[in-house]
Amino acid sequence: MCGIVGLFLKDTSLEPNLGRMLTDMLITMTDRGPDSAGIAIYGTEHKGKVKLTVQSDHPDRDFAGLDKDLQKALGGDVTIRVNDTHAVIEIDTAWAAAGRTVLAELRPDVRIMSTGETLEIYKEVGLPKNVAARFDVSSMSGSHGIGHTRMATESAVTTMGAHPFNTGRDQCLVHNGSLSNHASLRRKLRKAGMHIETENDTEVGAAYVSWKMQNGSTLGEALASSIDDLDGFFNFVVGTKDGFGVVRDPIACKPAVMAETDQYVAFASEYRAFVNLPGIDHARVWEPEPATVYFWSHKAAPTATEKAA
Amino acid sequence: MQTFDLEAQGLRNLNAALQAQSKETNQTAWEVVNAKGSHAIAVGLDAPIEVTVKGSTGYYCAGMNKQATVRIHGSAGPGVAENMMSGTVIIDGDASQYAGATANGGTLIIKGNASSRCGISMKGVDIIVHGNVGHMSAFMAQSGNMVVCGDAGDALGDSIYEARLFVRGSVKSLGADCIEKEMRPEHLEILKDLLERGECDAKPEEFKRYGSARKLYNFDIDNAY
Repeated sequence: MCGIVGLFLKDTSLEPNLGRMLTDMLITMTDRGPDSAGIAIYGTEHKGKVKLTVQSDHPDRDFAGLDKDLQKALGGDVTIRVNDTHAVIEIDTAWAAAGRTVLAELRPDVRIMSTGETLEIYKEVGLPKNVAARFDVSSMSGSHGIGHTRMATESAVTTMGAHPFNTGRDQCLVHNGSLSNHASLRRKLRKAGMHIETENDTEVGAAYVSWKMQNGSTLGEALASSIDDLDGFFNFVVGTKDGFGVVRDPIACKPAVMAETDQYVAFASEYRAFVNLPGIDHARVWEPEPATVYFWSHKAAPTATEKAA
Repeated sequence: MQTFDLEAQGLRNLNAALQAQSKETNQTAWEVVNAKGSHAIAVGLDAPIEVTVKGSTGYYCAGMNKQATVRIHGSAGPGVAENMMSGTVIIDGDASQYAGATANGGTLIIKGNASSRCGISMKGVDIIVHGNVGHMSAFMAQSGNMVVCGDAGDALGDSIYEARLFVRGSVKSLGADCIEKEMRPEHLEILKDLLERGECDAKPEEFKRYGSARKLYNFDIDNAY
């Protein structure tokens, strides 16, 4: 099972409602996966800054004074915004790589959920409504976002095992399905220098897409080649800084439905996740085709690329 | 007309009320409002009643239907009319994966497109699709008729046994052991009837027929014990 939702806004007037709409969609998908939930929000960018969204099981201890400690180690301005078990740390973009290393030394128990200029990822074990409530996702605004409700079929039910997975700056991925060659692919990707933290198959899918993009592929090309290189059943929904994409494997047995209006593009595992979206009764609703990449961007026109069998 | 608000009254009450109707019931017309993509609407019916669902449905709408006519004013989620025995299911919009799967009888009419695996393992149902069907449709079909007024996706009729497939548009590819067959006068007659029942104004002469070449393992006498 597992449930996926995604919402890409075309109409900027809806941006203050992004978190509320995604939360509603996510909660509707609870019975597809009640063990953990996560949400990626593409929100406000501060020029020259990168956000590290981090998590700790001991937020009081780990987040106290962290901004000052980082500032001392890195220099420059560091801000921290604590949200329950998570915190969003903003540092100068130039220090992004160093920031991760310094953070690991300063607070070894803190885990990095995401790195990006606009991306923030919040995820925890528990029912989607509880996870969304503890981070107050409903109040978040942004241009697009994706979410996941997990029913674990492999790897542990932990915060790190929840989706979305972030494996490249501002890139994240959620997945419904199961990859059968994730172990060999993980070894290959680690050898190629990709940072993969868990035994989760989805993280391998996410790292694969990031690895392809780091080697010159566009997102569309990376998703198209995933159809050749990943074995198993999968629906992927990916987020990038300015866009949002969907791909299904050639068998396409995992459910997927999309809706598009002048105001938004939405993805969900089931239609009922859409019922409270504005204007859904007049939306174009369809099922994405197997082995076909769909992508929407705030910068470019939508694309659909069929992968030749 | 009985109107049932699914949101206010709940799924179990709906199905209990519909399943309680007998052949002699006076409550023959039912309307379900606030469907909102809910699962298992109007399943297991066994009475000659008419159920109209306003809006789109989730998984398994009208599953295991006997006798009843269920009309969906919207689109249907996965597994609509799965294992239907008799009666009629009409979908004004599109149908998701495995519409009419394993259905033994009755008529399934899809006014829009059907997704992948439409009529998988069909065992006697008549399925009439006004639009297209997705890949692996009529996979392991055993009996009944499938009419596709639009195009068919990859691997149509893979490992088909005895069902008849009529397609007006293109077929992306045929599955294992599925071949194009001659359209004889009796097939035109069958198709004419199906198109009329399917509320479809297409002409039988525009269709091609596909079916089993009977070459797979199970058809080979050398494989008998």
